[in-house]
Formats: sequence, structure tokens, C-alpha cells
Amino acid sequence: MVQESRIRVLIAKPGLDGHERGAHVVAYGLRDEGFEVIYTGLRQTPEQIVSAAVQEDVDVVGLSILSGAHLSLTRKVMEGLKAKGANDILVTVGGIIPEEDREALERMGVGGVFTSGSKIKDIAAHIRTRLGEMCPHEEENRGLFTEGTQATAGTGHEGQ
Amino acid sequence: MEERMETLIREMKNGDQRSLARLISCVEDRQAGWKDVMKSIYPGIGKACVLGITGSPGAGKSTLAGEIARRFLDRGLSLGIIAVDPSSPYSGGALLGDRLRMRDISTNPGVFIRSMATRGALGGLCQAARDVMRIMDAAGKDVVLIETVGVGQDEIEVVSASDYVVLVTFPGQGDGIQAIKAGVMEIADLFVVNKCDRDGADVMASEISAMLELSSEAGQERPPVMMTSAFTQEGIDDLCGVLSEFINQKKARGKPQRDHVRNEVLGLLEREMVGMLRERIMENGKLESALDAILEGKGDPYSAAEELMARVHLVRSRPGERKEDTRG
Ligand SMILES: Nc1nc2c(ncn2[C@@H]2O[C@H](COP(=O)(O)OP(=O)(O)OP(=O)(O)O)[C@@H](O)[C@H]2O)c(=O)[nH]1
Ligand SMILES: [Mg+2]
Repeated sequence: MVQESRIRVLIAKPGLDGHERGAHVVAYGLRDEGFEVIYTGLRQTPEQIVSAAVQEDVDVVGLSILSGAHLSLTRKVMEGLKAKGANDILVTVGGIIPEEDREALERMGVGGVFTSGSKIKDIAAHIRTRLGEMCPHEEENRGLFTEGTQATAGTGHEGQ
Repeated sequence: MEERMETLIREMKNGDQRSLARLISCVEDRQAGWKDVMKSIYPGIGKACVLGITGSPGAGKSTLAGEIARRFLDRGLSLGIIAVDPSSPYSGGALLGDRLRMRDISTNPGVFIRSMATRGALGGLCQAARDVMRIMDAAGKDVVLIETVGVGQDEIEVVSASDYVVLVTFPGQGDGIQAIKAGVMEIADLFVVNKCDRDGADVMASEISAMLELSSEAGQERPPVMMTSAFTQEGIDDLCGVLSEFINQKKARGKPQRDHVRNEVLGLLEREMVGMLRERIMENGKLESALDAILEGKGDPYSAAEELMARVHLVRSRPGERKEDTRG
């Protein structure tokens, strides 16, 4: 009797900008898509984000950055996760991201860049697909990956 | 037990946060092997003191938990915090926002904060939350704080499994102490009127005291009523004083009560049986034919349930003496 497990997402706002609306919309939207969303509010340091991601054992960290400092902030988060052995977490970045920075973010290992026009449904679908792709590789790393987690990704698709 | 689990448990005991987080997920999700994890840690637990914090939505439970934690950390105690929020009954998702109020302490290595959604599992929340408390206990935390909203029966059950229950209210809700849900009042060891920087806190505190006086027997000890403000910090040191006193007492007591253990074993047994029965009933297809019969007007749900029950052998026959699984 395996209880269903859920995709856990940390929505974090690093940096100094004070605009929470976009992050709120994504947080509520992903909840309605069936995800467990941990929301930590404004002005988080990369250290705070990394420790929340580790403690909450999230599958995804979604960074919402409007300040223009997305490259340096994202790099710090990626390095922090790596230092804790948590670089198997999918990191996505959303906000005001110029097209020319997309590639740089992807090279850092970011698994999804969403600009302001992105639809929640598409973000959710992207996350499910990426986590699905990461499964086989994760199984060795994690040791705790079971049919329960895989079932969630499937269930989510059927629900749409 | 799988070797990987053993490694995780060993590393968790050495203070590795990622291993602790992984074990919590394993147990919370009821992943394969979760019971082995619980069995393995059970003998060493009982050292942590579990403080439950409950009360109306927005009362300041998370903010207070953060303040309490900060003071305990200063005294060299280590803490685990479990913050439970409801899952959406529609999507099954949840928005877990309690961490937001605890950011001052969020990178302190002495504290481990975990958000947990209720997930609406039939009475399963209580056991799952208790299991998470035990993992934190096994990880060596001195104190485990668990926060739930005091509204649903499940949430109330969760805090009542803790050693000490703090009920948080605040002035300005309109209907005063009527807002405190029946059933929560009875389990509280301590009442806190938070946001005492606002008007009406002292009126509320004296209403609560009056009510406690009315409902208690002569000579019976009444739970204290305290006023706090997370904004001005008024009363929080006093609150921590009462809590530390309790923590020290608990160290002297120990040992779980027989009734609690009985309830837990029966609860686990019930879930096992329900799961097993469902599985057995589903596998022989008889359920579907019973449903067909009811829909065709040839049966009723009551007889169908009785007949399905009668067809199931409760105990699987051993491999050697295996005949058939179901009667009839
Ligand atoms: N004025 C005043 N506001 C407070 C105090 N403590 C908390 N708050 C505010 O009350 C609001 C709710 O605080 P939380 O700590 O999130 O309350 P909670 O009980 O954990 O809320 P839920 O988990 O959503 O039920 C926040 O805006 C806090 O800033 C206080 O002592 N005084
Ligand atoms: Mg809260």
C-alpha cells in the first residue's frame, strides 16, 4: 500500500526586488496543478534558498527574479545546491529574463526558463516532463525513489 | 533493510540534513521500506520533547514558533519544526507558507524546518506526522515543534500526540473565545493570547481564564493563560520559560503511556487491514460484478459489502499449503 507522493516545489524570490505578484501567481497556480508548493517570500539569500530546498527535499526550485541580477543569483543557488550534494534538484528561473541570457542560464544547469508570458499549465507540464526524464538517473542517486513518485507524474497528466 | 536506508539513517544521525530530509520524504510518502526505517529508529527515540502549537488561522503560530526556536537555539538546544498546512481537496496540491515567518533562523544549522501537507489520507495524517516527529527525534533534536491549524479533527489529533500543547489565539476576531473550536480547548496545556500589541488582548485573556475556571474541578490545576506579541517581543521570554520548565520535567518522566501505545498499534493495524482487504477484494473482480448487480437493480450496497467480506480469507495461506485464495 504505497501512499501517493507529490511533486514538491520551492518557489523562492532571491534578490532585492519587492514584486511578489508573479511568484504568487505561480505558487497558487502550481498548487492548483496538484503540486506541494513551499513559498518562502521576498528577499531570500541564496543560502536560505539552498537550505530550504534541502530540508524540504523538493524536486524543483523555481527562482523568481525581476531585479536583473538573475545570472549571479542563479549561479550562487546552483553552487550552493551542488555543495550540499543537491544538484539533482531541477532548477527553473522565471521573471524578466532577456532572451540572450537564456543560454547562459541553461549552461549553468538551469532546466527551464520562463518569462512573464508563460502559462502555468505549460510550466507544470514542463516540470512533469523534466522530472520524468530525470527518473532513471535519479533512482541510482537517491535510493529512495519508488513507484509512488513516478505514479504522481503519470497521475498528473491523466488529470489534465 | 536496504543498505541505502541504513546509510541514510547513519548519516542522519551524524547530522546530515539531506539524509534527514530524504528519510522524512520516504516515511511521509510511505515509500517502499518506510516501515523498516521506523522499526530501526524506534528503539532510540523518546529523547526529544514534542511541543504542539495550534490555534486559529493567522493567529501567529509560525511567527511564535520562530521566536521560540530562536531563543532555544541561543540556549544551545537543537530543534526540529514541522509545519502542517491543508492540502487542497480539489487538486491535492498545497501551498505551504509557514517557513516565510521563520526566515531569521532558517540557515541556523541547529534547526531543521519541514513543511507538511495534510494530503487528506484517511486518518493517516496523525500517524505520518508522528513518524516525522520520531525521525527528528532520532536525528537528535532536543525539541520538536509541530504547528497545525486547529480546525480539522485530523489536525487536532496531530497536536494531541505531542507532549505539550500550546493554543494560540488573538484579539480582534469578533466573536472572542467562541472562535476557539470545541475539542481544542480540552487538549491545551497552555493558552497564549498573541498580538497583545493590539486592543482587546487582556479582555480575551480574562475571558479565557474565566472559562477555564468554570470548567475545571475544584483543586484541579488550570492551564496558564499568557499574553505575547511577536512584534514587541512582550511575553515571549516568559512563554519560553514555561516551556523550558516543561521540557526539563519531561526529561525526568519519559516512557509512553499504555493507552497511547494501544491506540497506535490498533491504528496501524486498521490501516494494514483496510489496505489488505481492498487489495484482495479488487483482485478477484467480484467487486465489479457486485456493482453491476446493484446498478441493474438486482442487489443493494449493504448485502454486496457483506458478501464481499465473507469471500475474503483474512490470512493468506502459507506457500506450502496454498489452495485457493477465495471462497466460493
Ligand atoms: N500585530 C501583530 N501581528 C502579528 C503578531 N504575530 C504575528 N503577526 C502577524 O500575523 C500574521 C499571521 O502570522 P503567522 O505567524 O503566519 O500566523 P499563523 O497562525 O502561523 O498562520 P497560519 O499558519 O496561516 O494559520 C502575519 O502577518 C504576522 O506578521 C503579533 O504579535 N502582533
Ligand atoms: Mg503558520
